[in-house]
Amino acid sequence: MVGGIDLILKIAGVGILVAVLHTILKNAGKDEQGVVVTLAGIAIVFIWVIQLLGSLFEQVKSVFKLF
Amino acid sequence: MEVLQYVAIGLTAAVLVGVVKVHRPEMAVLLSLAAGVILFSLVLGKIGAVIDVLRELSFKAGINMVYLGTILKIVGIAYIAEFGAQICRDTGEGAVAAKIEFAAKVLIMVLAVPIIVAVLQSLLKLLPL
Repeated sequence: MVGGIDLILKIAGVGILVAVLHTILKNAGKDEQGVVVTLAGIAIVFIWVIQLLGSLFEQVKSVFKLF
Repeated sequence: MEVLQYVAIGLTAAVLVGVVKVHRPEMAVLLSLAAGVILFSLVLGKIGAVIDVLRELSFKAGINMVYLGTILKIVGIAYIAEFGAQICRDTGEGAVAAKIEFAAKVLIMVLAVPIIVAVLQSLLKLLPL
């Protein structure tokens, strides 16, 4: 078991939060900061997902004796 | 009933992807990727048990371990490539998915060459030349 359901919920939470923040900042006339918030959220989630993917590949490699 | 657990994870991920996709499509891609990785890695342990049984059987049958290793490698490459290609296809990048599949096919062909050579050699032994 690598991450379980909690990682899915975490990613969805970050996604919703970023969407809300983006809308608020846009309505406040701060479009640039909205873009930065979006970028930061995507970077955070991307790091999680890449780590998960790395552990999956390691697992596949050990199960199938690849390389 | 472990199936229920997997189905629940999948359904939760699907609903959340639907919620997030409206506002942040790129986050939805990462979310479905994470769901796929989690489900895949949960099932991978079971595949490992099956493979251990296969390895034991082939050892008892006296099959050369090189052949079983090659076959397992091919199955592993196929699993990983299919996974990546499906994610790419989900994001609408069918061209990239096709390239991933092509790369996997080439790698599998390279791995299969020793087996083909062995088959041809045993065929040559049978022929009365």
